[in-house]
Amino acid sequence: MEWETVIGLEIHAQLATHSKIFSGAATAYGADPNTQACAIDLGLPGVLPVLNRETVRMAAMFGLAIGAEVARRSVFARKNYFYPDLPKGYQISQYELPVVQRGQLTIELEDGVSKVIGITRAHLEEDAGKSLHEDFQGLSGIDLNRAGTPLLEIVSEPDLRSAKEAVAYMKKLHQMVVYLGICDGNMQEGSFRCDANVSVRRKGDPKFGTRAEIKNLNSFRFVERAIEFEIERQIDLIEGGGKVVQETRLYDPDKGETRSMRGKEEANDYRYFPDPDLLPLVLDDAFIDTARASLPELPDIKKQRFTDQYGLSSYDAGVLTASRALADYYEAVVMALGGEAKLCANWVMGDLSAFLNKDNRDIDHSPVDPTSLAGLLRRIQDRTISGKIAKDVFEAMWAGEGHADAIIEQRGLRQITDSSAIEKVIDDVIAANPDQLAQYRAGKDKLFGFFVGQVMKLSKGKANPQQVNDLLTQKLKG
Amino acid sequence: MHHKTIVQLSAALAAGECSSEELTRAFLERIERFNPPLNAFITVTAESALAQARAADQRRRRGEAQPLTGVPIAHKDIFCTDGVRTSCGSRMLDPFIAPYDATVVERLAAAGAVMLGKTNLDEFAMGSSNETSFYGPVRNPWDLEAVPGGSSGGSAAAVAARLTPGATGTDTGGSIRQPAALCGITGIKPTYGRVSRWGMIAYASSLDQGGPLARTAADCALLLGAMAGFDPSDSTSVDRPVPDYATLLDRPLAGLKIGLPKEYFGEGLDSAVAQVVEEAIAEYRRLGAETVEVSLPNSALAIPAYYVIAPAECSSNLARFDGVRYGHRCEDPKDLLDLYTRSRAEGFGSEVKRRILVGTFVLSAGYYDAYYLKAQQIRRLISDDFRRAFEQVDVIAGPTSPTVAFNLGEKVDDPITMYLSDIYTIAVNLAGLPGLSMPVGFVGQRPVGLQLIGNYFAEDRLLNVAHRYQQTTDWHERSPAGF
Repeated sequence: MEWETVIGLEIHAQLATHSKIFSGAATAYGADPNTQACAIDLGLPGVLPVLNRETVRMAAMFGLAIGAEVARRSVFARKNYFYPDLPKGYQISQYELPVVQRGQLTIELEDGVSKVIGITRAHLEEDAGKSLHEDFQGLSGIDLNRAGTPLLEIVSEPDLRSAKEAVAYMKKLHQMVVYLGICDGNMQEGSFRCDANVSVRRKGDPKFGTRAEIKNLNSFRFVERAIEFEIERQIDLIEGGGKVVQETRLYDPDKGETRSMRGKEEANDYRYFPDPDLLPLVLDDAFIDTARASLPELPDIKKQRFTDQYGLSSYDAGVLTASRALADYYEAVVMALGGEAKLCANWVMGDLSAFLNKDNRDIDHSPVDPTSLAGLLRRIQDRTISGKIAKDVFEAMWAGEGHADAIIEQRGLRQITDSSAIEKVIDDVIAANPDQLAQYRAGKDKLFGFFVGQVMKLSKGKANPQQVNDLLTQKLKG
Repeated sequence: MHHKTIVQLSAALAAGECSSEELTRAFLERIERFNPPLNAFITVTAESALAQARAADQRRRRGEAQPLTGVPIAHKDIFCTDGVRTSCGSRMLDPFIAPYDATVVERLAAAGAVMLGKTNLDEFAMGSSNETSFYGPVRNPWDLEAVPGGSSGGSAAAVAARLTPGATGTDTGGSIRQPAALCGITGIKPTYGRVSRWGMIAYASSLDQGGPLARTAADCALLLGAMAGFDPSDSTSVDRPVPDYATLLDRPLAGLKIGLPKEYFGEGLDSAVAQVVEEAIAEYRRLGAETVEVSLPNSALAIPAYYVIAPAECSSNLARFDGVRYGHRCEDPKDLLDLYTRSRAEGFGSEVKRRILVGTFVLSAGYYDAYYLKAQQIRRLISDDFRRAFEQVDVIAGPTSPTVAFNLGEKVDDPITMYLSDIYTIAVNLAGLPGLSMPVGFVGQRPVGLQLIGNYFAEDRLLNVAHRYQQTTDWHERSPAGF
């Protein structure tokens, strides 16, 4: 039996505003419990919400970036349910009329094929607080710092057909919101999290199967594993004669499985209705034009430009434009160096990225800035040092030992380009290795590498490799 | 001194005939003496009142006095007052001390008014008789067997008994106008959005509006002038300049067109009340106004629509009272569900529970369209009725309530009959229009109110029309015996 998987994702992106969506309290992460919750966030009697304009601008930017319709009129609604970390007993969200409607995102699959994923809607809402069940001796603590934090909930069409597609979509969306500067994308802190609706159906069946919703997936890996587990669970269930029930499930990353949280019959009736404390959100052309004007160059366009302008491969352009910060860094290096786009790309994607990974830093916190890196590359370009020596210089720069030129001088790493000096070294090497010379001349070409190695060793790596090659070829011929 | 109106007290203070401290002391003494039979006040803030009065006297000496500087007032206990219990007439908030001032409280304080205390009300402003308060019913100073109306019954009774020259109230379906009528005083519910709702504990957010109760239209003009205006903390408040109501009171009424909705004079209106109202309308004709019959055809739908919309909003607004962060919490909750159910079961009275249940029902899946959406459609029809009427007339006049004050306990077990006492006021809230009630006579010893309804933001016109009547009549000067 062939099965087809149908997946739709609901992604909550926390908007990167300084203050909350309906109050002036700060949104910074990690403050002491309840120190960033004002009267409005606490749901005191008599308080009223006032919409943070910045959240609307961000939502509009997102809508424009995914080619969606930014609604001229949208409505905030109350989603009513009781929970201790939901201070008002309702969450202010958007229901029937969301601010962003009908957009799309193109993802690239591993085989290089593109696929367009529909985005049904994106709406503004407030986050709830946090319940803390440890450290209170059988009681629960409530931290309302997060209550009222602005979220953009982005709902996809059920267009995804595998866990891999789901992850590709989620990554693309993550890249987009970070590019737009509307979300910091920090998944550990919960700034970008996902609920996945998963169902399976027999291939060719026009009807969707019954879906399960997996809640609160906060890493790409968990999304992939949870969906894969869930697909298998549902197929096994149906093939075993059972039926999938509509329910909410939780993913347990330790056990790698999903388990039932609540069934449909236990589902809340949220009694949505328009929030009478907030007027309908009306956006005029000027507002939307301003949002459009503040859009940065979007990832796909930037990637295309990188291949066109810098002659990079599609793969390199993709890596370098994965984040706006990396792309900006790269372009700053190219600009400082005045060209050599491919050399710059190799270094940014190679040594720089490796060092960033090793130290677990992001590009904004690189100890080597673009101008400094360009300073190093210039010395490769003008043959002051070889690419190999440059790696040592880079390591020293990373360790904070100063600019490339200073390190090169200090350590005497300047490349030897004086032919007579190189010839002298070659002569010494040949004289010291008569056996190898004989073998080489007898046709063992592979020994060329041995001689190069010896010359470089004797010159402490400073001999210009190209010159070494040329001169050595002549001399070995005899 | 306590028989003087706010305008007169303001003049007396300005002339140095008395100090605010003396005035405040006099009213505090009256409260001490007369509040026990009335139960109009829940909290009396004597100490802070005297401190505010002394500060007002100092400001006056510095030459910084405004018209309300040093004038004592009372706040309905639905407005949050920093450091003072704000109970909303409920056991749920009996232990609640607000950490901030409502905008209305802040603005009146900034205008120099002195707060005597917090007045009684129907629990969470849900009621028309002030019998649903956790602190017990308020009695009508004109007849202690009678209710004062509600929900601003404490404010109305306190003003009528001269325990305060003015007070704040809130009006969701008639809660300022109906008690003003039943207690023989003047009260105005402004256009929705005219007065900030920040710090005013919400009953039904799309209908709630704060306003003043006082003896005369001129007094209401002074109080409303201080209360009204745009507030960035309330998204539904309207950014529009506030006219100087007090200077617009004297415009002549010649040429004024008063509409008399035929639906307000039909079945259900007590004939003795009708007669008093007719007499008041005759006085307006003598003052030069022209009266024409108008029709508000959807009037009969106002009460059913209101009792869907208001409970729907209240069921959500009152969800925050869960025993978790503040307010009443049951003893030794077993678990979360027990905490919620017992705290709310103990904290809320039966009328509040009834409305929460109704509201929860009408918003539920499968019922929303039939009830809530339908009620919103009716709301639009009612607004359209008024819009058409105001194409013909300047103001609309009619009875405020179909009867005079009824007896305590008379309707308490019959919610439908109770709800009918707001039959002429509720449509005004649904349409968001301003409405005023003023005393125009008596049936027996119980007062009758005339309601004047204006177009959006026509508070100045309503106050003017009421003021001119009060220049040629003396109903507003009558005071209940024994106070």
